[in-house]
Amino acid sequence: METLLALLVGVYFGVSVYLMMSRYIIRILIGVAVLGNGVNLLIFTSGRLTRETPPIIPEGSMVPEVVTANPLPQALILTAIVISFSFLAFLLVLAFRTYQELGTDDTVKMRVAEPENEAFPPVSY
Amino acid sequence: MAGSPSHSVDLSQAMIMAPSSPSDWLIISPIIITILAGAIMVMLRSKPNIHAYLATIAMAMVVTCELLLLQNVLEQGPQSMTMGRWMPPFGISFTVDAMGALLAAVSGIVALAVCIYSSLDINYTGRRLGFYPFLMLLMTGVSGSFLTGDIFNLYVWFEVMLISSFGLIILGGERAQIDGALKYAILNLMATTLFLVATGLLYGVTGTLNMADIALKTTLLPPGAPMGTIGALYFLAFAMKAAAFPVNFWLPASYHTPRIVVSAVFAGLLTKVGVYALIRTLVMILPESREQLSEIMAIVAALTMLVGTLGALAQNDVRRILGYLVIAGIGSMLAGVAIGTGTAIMGSILYAVHSILVMTALYLSLGVLIRMSGGKYSLAELGGGYKASSLLSILFLVLVFAVSGLPPFSGFWPKFVLVEAALSEGHHWLTFAILISGLLTSIAMGRVWAHAFWRGGPIGTEDGRDAAPLNNLVGTVRARAFIPISVLTVFVVIMGVMPTPFFGMAQAGSYSLLRPQAYTQAVFGEVIKQKQEQHKIMNKEAESKNEVDKKEEGSHQ
Repeated sequence: METLLALLVGVYFGVSVYLMMSRYIIRILIGVAVLGNGVNLLIFTSGRLTRETPPIIPEGSMVPEVVTANPLPQALILTAIVISFSFLAFLLVLAFRTYQELGTDDTVKMRVAEPENEAFPPVSY
Repeated sequence: MAGSPSHSVDLSQAMIMAPSSPSDWLIISPIIITILAGAIMVMLRSKPNIHAYLATIAMAMVVTCELLLLQNVLEQGPQSMTMGRWMPPFGISFTVDAMGALLAAVSGIVALAVCIYSSLDINYTGRRLGFYPFLMLLMTGVSGSFLTGDIFNLYVWFEVMLISSFGLIILGGERAQIDGALKYAILNLMATTLFLVATGLLYGVTGTLNMADIALKTTLLPPGAPMGTIGALYFLAFAMKAAAFPVNFWLPASYHTPRIVVSAVFAGLLTKVGVYALIRTLVMILPESREQLSEIMAIVAALTMLVGTLGALAQNDVRRILGYLVIAGIGSMLAGVAIGTGTAIMGSILYAVHSILVMTALYLSLGVLIRMSGGKYSLAELGGGYKASSLLSILFLVLVFAVSGLPPFSGFWPKFVLVEAALSEGHHWLTFAILISGLLTSIAMGRVWAHAFWRGGPIGTEDGRDAAPLNNLVGTVRARAFIPISVLTVFVVIMGVMPTPFFGMAQAGSYSLLRPQAYTQAVFGEVIKQKQEQHKIMNKEAESKNEVDKKEEGSHQ
């Protein structure tokens, strides 16, 4: 099971890297979203997988009686999901605003902050 | 229910029973104060004019707390506090050693200076859009990163820092800003995601997230553990955050676009947090990976220094020149990490302190010059700064000397230590790179001073005779501009003239990084003490039981 998920994580990473190498913002953002999910899956897998035994202590007992699933990766993933979701929302708005302001989705053509034919510094003194 | 009185639960097995002492609260006070101040300002968003005062008061409190904390750490060694009474490594620990406390204190001082200066640069709209709450939350993220002792928590503080820096960089919403912000946002988000990947893998290998616990467990790992991969991922992630050479292009694309105070905070703090995290992970918790990566890091460091300084030489926009100098400074700090001896790490810490102070002061003083010249920032168009304000040009010249690494200012000592460490370890070409980057920096910055301050006017005027004079600042505006810059410059001079206390602090920092026993002791000391006391009680009970048994046996006989 772990091997299968590890391979799936690899596929996610491959897809996201491919998308992020694009020149177009929207593809990069889809790549970022896929990368976020790949990382969540990676944390989940590296916490080891135990099926069908939730980490709940039965009534009247002080410790779990059998080996249960690891609850910590789920807490980590929950944090990571919230963060990556909010960042993706911000980035989508920012990308849309960029498209409105600069009129392009192509990063190569976004040269407002770094103009193409910038003057050289003065050589006097 | 497990908590019902029918079960007599011995909580001391799992929880810290002693209440936290006031000095423990000092560890998280910078985070509490800044996050509360940010929340209060958001509630008072209809009165943005009082934000500046609130922010200044909050930062003054933070600086006081951080200085007290630094004093505590220097006197008693690393300090630790674990949240929610859970025992470490299960609870989230905040652990601070000399490096964290020193960098937190310096960044607090810089943020206070920026708070005082910012009322000049941030107009009503900027305040209305939330400059001060964002600044406070940025400082929450920065202080949290310096003070936390848990690697996942470090990731969370990175994200806090990142999201508030998005708010600051986009503030105002001009076209160039949006262009710069998009590149900044996407590349930094990728870097923090890589950091999370590395953390996930590290958790899979060691089964813990507490940095002290990881440092203990990495020494006991089986030989097949993929520590080299994890170390390389951390290196890539933090090099990207710190803007080291092959992954530095987001910095010169974005740092010149926001308001100048925002650039000043970013240049002073954000990249240094990346370097701090790199030192914390690679030097303290994964020392073997650092050794494996040492050669690559040395190459990256040398190239970063050269790219930074050559980039600075090729720019016409003064703000972009400073952006490239930030990158060059990162190269010097990485050189220390690449060498990795105690002296070298000490040099990196000293350089980080120097760089935080000098880069912020440089951006702020250029902000004054740009304001005086009516919003010009191309080197060809600037001029006449000395005629308008001799004080500003003197302060700027001090900072130019400091950033180039010339004595008797702050930049000299870190470079001196790094060169010495590099020579004693036989890294000759790295030494050469450090020295040549100092030379190129002094040329680039000397040219800025000569053009913007020393000559009479912009290109085309006959040494200032027909140049329109710059508008000098007057009254309170002048005070609010010059007090922060002067204070930061005084720190720069003090660090150059009396380096001994800074050497002591940096040395304590590098010592505790290379020998993390004191750090782990600070985290687990409380637990061990509590366990020992339990053992004592149990032993006593057992002894008294034995005695009773013996008596009973005696009575039977």
